[in-house]
Amino acid sequence: MTAPKLAPDAAVRKAESRRGVFTAMPAAIYLLIFFCTPLLIIVAYSFGTRTATGSTRLSGWNFDSYERIIDDLVLGIVWRSFWLAGLTTILCLVVGYPFAYYLATRPARIRNILLVLVMIPFWTNGLIRIFAIRFLLGSDGPVSQASSSLGFGEFRILFTPTAVIIGMLYSYLTFMVLPLYVAIERLDWRLVEAARDLYANGGKAFRKVTWPLTRSGVIAGSILVFIPSFGSYVVPEILGGAKTLLLGSYIARQFGQARNWPFGAALSVVLIVAMLIAVVVNQRSAASELTGSSS
Amino acid sequence: MSIGMQTSKGVGRLLKINAWLVFAFFYIPMIVLVVFSFNASQRVNIWGGLSARWYPEMLRNDEILSALENSLVVAAISTLASTILGTALAIALDRYRFRGRGTLEGVAYLPIIIPDVTMAVMLLAFFAQAFRFLGNIGPQLQLGLYTVVISHIAFNISIVAVVVRARLGQLDPALEQAAQDLYASRWKAFRLITLPLILPGILAGALLALALSLDDVVISAFVTGPGGTTLPVYVFSAIRRGVTPELNAISTLMLAASTVLVLSSLFLQRAPKQERTTTKEDS
Repeated sequence: MTAPKLAPDAAVRKAESRRGVFTAMPAAIYLLIFFCTPLLIIVAYSFGTRTATGSTRLSGWNFDSYERIIDDLVLGIVWRSFWLAGLTTILCLVVGYPFAYYLATRPARIRNILLVLVMIPFWTNGLIRIFAIRFLLGSDGPVSQASSSLGFGEFRILFTPTAVIIGMLYSYLTFMVLPLYVAIERLDWRLVEAARDLYANGGKAFRKVTWPLTRSGVIAGSILVFIPSFGSYVVPEILGGAKTLLLGSYIARQFGQARNWPFGAALSVVLIVAMLIAVVVNQRSAASELTGSSS
Repeated sequence: MSIGMQTSKGVGRLLKINAWLVFAFFYIPMIVLVVFSFNASQRVNIWGGLSARWYPEMLRNDEILSALENSLVVAAISTLASTILGTALAIALDRYRFRGRGTLEGVAYLPIIIPDVTMAVMLLAFFAQAFRFLGNIGPQLQLGLYTVVISHIAFNISIVAVVVRARLGQLDPALEQAAQDLYASRWKAFRLITLPLILPGILAGALLALALSLDDVVISAFVTGPGGTTLPVYVFSAIRRGVTPELNAISTLMLAASTVLVLSSLFLQRAPKQERTTTKEDS
């Protein structure tokens, strides 16, 4: 390699660009083959046809699988998944905002310890954590035993939508807390002080200053909770009952016992589209914050 | 510290109570599970005294041992591959401007936020289609442990790239430039300056990749073939059959393993402090 500073500017930039492409190449090719291609294949399958034997025929594209989504039963499942995910998101926000606020306003040393305590359950085994919830909530589990020995009677909550919401809150609360923490931590407290000096009370200062300035964290957190909740599979499989069939399990079923891959693919496309919309919304909110046009 | 001074006493107390409730919510279920894994009784919910009997019991189960072996093989290979690919990707995205960079950046983060089930069925359909295509021209392939490895690399590249990039962002690019000004070659500057400085980030990313690979259940369950059951897949189907004391013991071990990996990763991810003075000159 020769010293680049002797070469003219354009040539340097070209060599830089080539080096960048070269460095990114292995990962880019890998993602192209094993992420982008599967993404396109699932979209292609959603327009395919299920044959009598349960295999998929790709010739003769049609919208049959999408028409099936409009079926009442299916819409019911999508709708139930949607509002359970929505409710989870709201609960995470209600619990997570004050929690993140508390973390972000601690002195630095304590804050770092608390953050580690938040990160541990975030990254540790999700399946086992849901199993722990199941063990705790079981009809003769520790919670139920405690409640019956205190005279409140047996505690029947496992295999209900409530149990699923508890499980999703348990799984995804940290996704809400972390972006909120980042947003609150970098808040310019002088603005809040200024509002207070101008005789705004605590509530008003929060509404007019703190909340709008941390809105990007609220949006990012809500998306990070809503998307996995909407497509959640492990949580409803372990904590939900037969009556709480959700989108994630329903998709899995199409690729399992039901052997209707085109229909399962169409349902997956719904999830992917929801995810892409969320990503765009998030980028818009981040961009509008940078340009200062958020009000 | 003037931070948070504005909060009144009452609000402050509520914030504190909320925080402790959240921590209790995070930790009590896990602690209860760990405690009950040391329960002597055959019946999971009835406390029969302290005993570690389920741990050796669990290791006599051949199904569990082979699942554990599968998990370790998948985790080792996928971590190694994704660490190399992910690190290169992070460097390319952080240090270079090239065509398609924006698109690559967007695509690279999708595997992290896409729901597990979607990723799983995508890969399943992809392998089915690829096997059909390859079957026409030669090899007859079927799903197995190697398809799990391929899939884990696909999501772990993104995780490693995010962690390494965060580390790169904390570095001063002037350090590398200074080395080049002193006539170090590009590669030498990278090897002697950048690499040692981002090494903690690379290790942190690798540990997270290892943890995620050992934890993944949904994607593995979909793309695995005969004889390719991993430990989480085994545990997942066992949970659906019912809770057993053995299951509590495996779960506790898995929880311990991932906690150790995560704590080590977090430790390595701490912001660099006095590293300018401690950079090693030999590699």
